Amino acid sequence: MTCHDYKDLMMGYLDDELSAEQRGRFEEHLAGCGECAKELEEFKRLKAITDEVTLVEPEDRLWHDYWDNIYNRIERGLGWIVFSVAGILLIIYGGFKLIEELIKDPTVGFLLKAALLALIVGLAIMFVSVLRERVYFWRKDRYRDVRR
Amino acid sequence: MIAMQRCRRGSKEAFELFVNKYMKQAYFIALGLVGNREDALDLSQEAFVRAYRNINHVKPGRGFFPWFYQILKNLCVSHLRRRRYRQASSLDSDDCPEVAAVADYFSPEVVADRGEMKDRVWQAIGKLDDKHREVIILRHFQDMSYEQMADALFCNMGTVTSRLYYARKRLKELLGAGKGGGINDVP
Repeated sequence: MTCHDYKDLMMGYLDDELSAEQRGRFEEHLAGCGECAKELEEFKRLKAITDEVTLVEPEDRLWHDYWDNIYNRIERGLGWIVFSVAGILLIIYGGFKLIEELIKDPTVGFLLKAALLALIVGLAIMFVSVLRERVYFWRKDRYRDVRR
Repeated sequence: MIAMQRCRRGSKEAFELFVNKYMKQAYFIALGLVGNREDALDLSQEAFVRAYRNINHVKPGRGFFPWFYQILKNLCVSHLRRRRYRQASSLDSDDCPEVAAVADYFSPEVVADRGEMKDRVWQAIGKLDDKHREVIILRHFQDMSYEQMADALFCNMGTVTSRLYYARKRLKELLGAGKGGGINDVP
C-alpha cells in the first residue's frame, strides 16, 4: 500500500472513527512514514482550529416564530392552489360562454366564426400534442425513478 | 414512527414535532452551505414546507432527517447556483466568479467569539467547493459521525472519508496561502 491508500485511515484516525484493528494498522504505518506523520500533525492542527469555530446562535424569537412561518407558508401554498384552480375554471367558463355567444350571434360574420373555430381546433391540437409528448417521454424515461 | 404516520395523513401537529426537532440543525446546515443568515433561515423553512408537501415520498422504515437533508441541500445548491449566475453576469470574465460569489457571503459576522484565525477559517470554508464544504459543515459544525454523514449524503463511508481528506487538504492550502501565517503557525 502507498501513503495515498492510507488517507481514509488517516481521516478515521483523526476523527476517532477507526476500529482497534484499523487503528493499529495505521499506527504501524505512521511509525515508519515521516511524511504521513507530518501530514497528520497538520490535519490535527487544522481540526483543532476548525472545531473552535462556532456560529452565532440566533435570538430566541427566531426559534419561537419558526414553526409559525412554516405553517403560514403551507397554508398560503394551499390558498394559491385553490386560487389558481378557481382562476383556470373561471377563464375556461368565461371563454366557453364568449365563444357560445359569438357563434349564436347572427350579426357576427361567417369569417369571424370560422377563424374562431380554427383557433379552437389549433389550440386543441397543440394541447393534445404536448400532452402526448409528455406522456411518451415520461413512459420512456429510464431514469424517472432515480433520485435527483 | 407514529409521528411519521400522522404526517402522512396530513397532520400539521405531527409535522411540527419534526420541525421542532430539526429546525436548529436545518438552519445551521443551511448557514454553513450558503454563508448568510437571512438566506439560511428562508431556505431551511422552505425545505420544511417542501418536506411537508412530499412527506409521502419518505420510504417506510427510513428516517426523516436523511431524506429531509436532500431537500435542504438541493435548495441550497440551487440558491448558490442562482447567486453565482447573478454574480458571474456582473463580474469580469477574467475574475473567478465561482469562488468569489460564494465566499463573499461568508462574512465573519456569523462567527461566535471572533478571532483572526476563526474568521479566516470561516472564510476559507466559504471558498471550498460545495461538496467539500458540505462534509466540513456536517463533521465540524453538526458533529455527525461518518455513518450519519454517509446516510445523509447517500454514499458509502469510503466516499465520506475521501471527501473529508480532500476538503481538509484544500482548507489547509487556503489557510496556508492567506496573510498572517498558516495553520503551522498556530500553537
